[in-house]
Amino acid sequence: MLSGSILPLILAAVLAPLMQAVITRTKSVMAGRLGQPLLQPYRDLWKLLRKGAVYSSTTTWIFQMGPPVGLASVLVALALIPFGGLPALSAFSGDFVLIAYLMAVGRFFTVVAALDTGSSFEGMGASREVTFSALAEPALFLGLAALVRQTGHLSLSPVLASVSTATWMHAAPILSLTLAGLIIVFLAENARIPVDDPTTHLELTMIHEVMVLDHSGPDFAMIQYGAALKMWLFAAIIIGVAVPWRLGNRWIDLGAALGGMLVLGIATGVIESSMARLRLLRVPQLLLVAIVLSALALAL
Amino acid sequence: MIQLINSILVLLVLTGFMLLSSSRLSACIRAIAIQGVLLGVLAISMQDGQLSAAGVLFPLSSAVVKGFVLPWLLFRAMREADTVREIEPLISYNLSIIAGAAALGVSLWLGHRLQLSPQPRSSLLVPAAFFTSLVGMIVIASRRKALTQVLGYLALENGVYAFGSAVALRLPILVELGILLDVFVGVFVMGIAIFHISREFDHIDTDKLEALADRLS
Repeated sequence: MLSGSILPLILAAVLAPLMQAVITRTKSVMAGRLGQPLLQPYRDLWKLLRKGAVYSSTTTWIFQMGPPVGLASVLVALALIPFGGLPALSAFSGDFVLIAYLMAVGRFFTVVAALDTGSSFEGMGASREVTFSALAEPALFLGLAALVRQTGHLSLSPVLASVSTATWMHAAPILSLTLAGLIIVFLAENARIPVDDPTTHLELTMIHEVMVLDHSGPDFAMIQYGAALKMWLFAAIIIGVAVPWRLGNRWIDLGAALGGMLVLGIATGVIESSMARLRLLRVPQLLLVAIVLSALALAL
Repeated sequence: MIQLINSILVLLVLTGFMLLSSSRLSACIRAIAIQGVLLGVLAISMQDGQLSAAGVLFPLSSAVVKGFVLPWLLFRAMREADTVREIEPLISYNLSIIAGAAALGVSLWLGHRLQLSPQPRSSLLVPAAFFTSLVGMIVIASRRKALTQVLGYLALENGVYAFGSAVALRLPILVELGILLDVFVGVFVMGIAIFHISREFDHIDTDKLEALADRLS
């Protein structure tokens, strides 16, 4: 089972916060500000890890379980994600289904921990998160199914390895539709603008951030780090499709994939700077469009 | 070349969904304009190699009329009727998208079942044409504003045009020019009608015009 390379996992663990820093920096530059240093997310994590955690007396062990389970599920899922031509640490038939449901396990525990606090704001956030992820999941599955159908493999590592320039030549419409659907899922799942504003300070409009208001110290560090890893995970799938050049030299391929991640980070920052957040009622419509795009890619 | 045709057809389907999902009239008009230009490019790329002057000029003029002249007329009608968005369609936008997805499924099935004697160049041609027509019908049936209904009519016409390019290698130029002229005059008249409706009733919601009908009671 453990046949692949451990490098994708290590790269994700080390570089994931950097990708968030790239997005923040892009937004700062677009707004004419200097921006925080690129290493700021690491410093924040280090600062949070040295603090103590405060637990409300109304919460139970469920509240304390949320962050570790969330982080662990993302880490396990990352072990199944190939990167830059390197196969994932573990690969087997149907592993993409496991990836989607590992994400769901993490989300379930975040939601339950939010409900455990008894705060009405957190309940609202939990309700929104579940509603939108229920719509994002079919889009993700249909998109991955389109890739599986196109490449004829059942595991994510060979699927992404066989997406080459030749595949793009004869199936460009299918791949670009899949890519568009996956990018919408990427923005929705990682609580970015048009779906959610990660920097908002008004609880009423938050989706993801409001669920973690009561976590502090190391727990919050785990949540932040888990969010960065989750973003890396979706971005790695997108880059696996969008950067099809396989030159054979593993370092060049890896460099191309890392460059792709950088471009995706900058693109996300540009989207966030140039768009307004959608009204909550309009978000399901955006996700429906993602479902339709993926379904179309599968049907072609 | 088949890749180009397929890409155009996928874009045609996507503009159909853009028409179904957007509440802003300007976005809808732009979707129709893009469709017009795409159909022009499609008609040219269908006759790969043997390009004749008429074979290029006609799709080009059609693209110019559908992509630039008609949108200009529609934007003018929009400005004069002073409407920016379709406020409340008869079925919600989410439901419109789902209806669009269902229409796409039906079109794919129909395209699979329909055996045309000269096999069309791309297996996507017939489904995309059917889908565009069905989107036009959904929009005509489910929107309240007269302007959006005109857009639905144009989408319907685009679908017919795409289907025509799928079955016939080349229609007689006179017929094609006649159709184009009909569409142009149609939209022109509808633009004037919209202007008059909005001046008379302060809105262009067509379902309120039912009160004008003769009732037997």
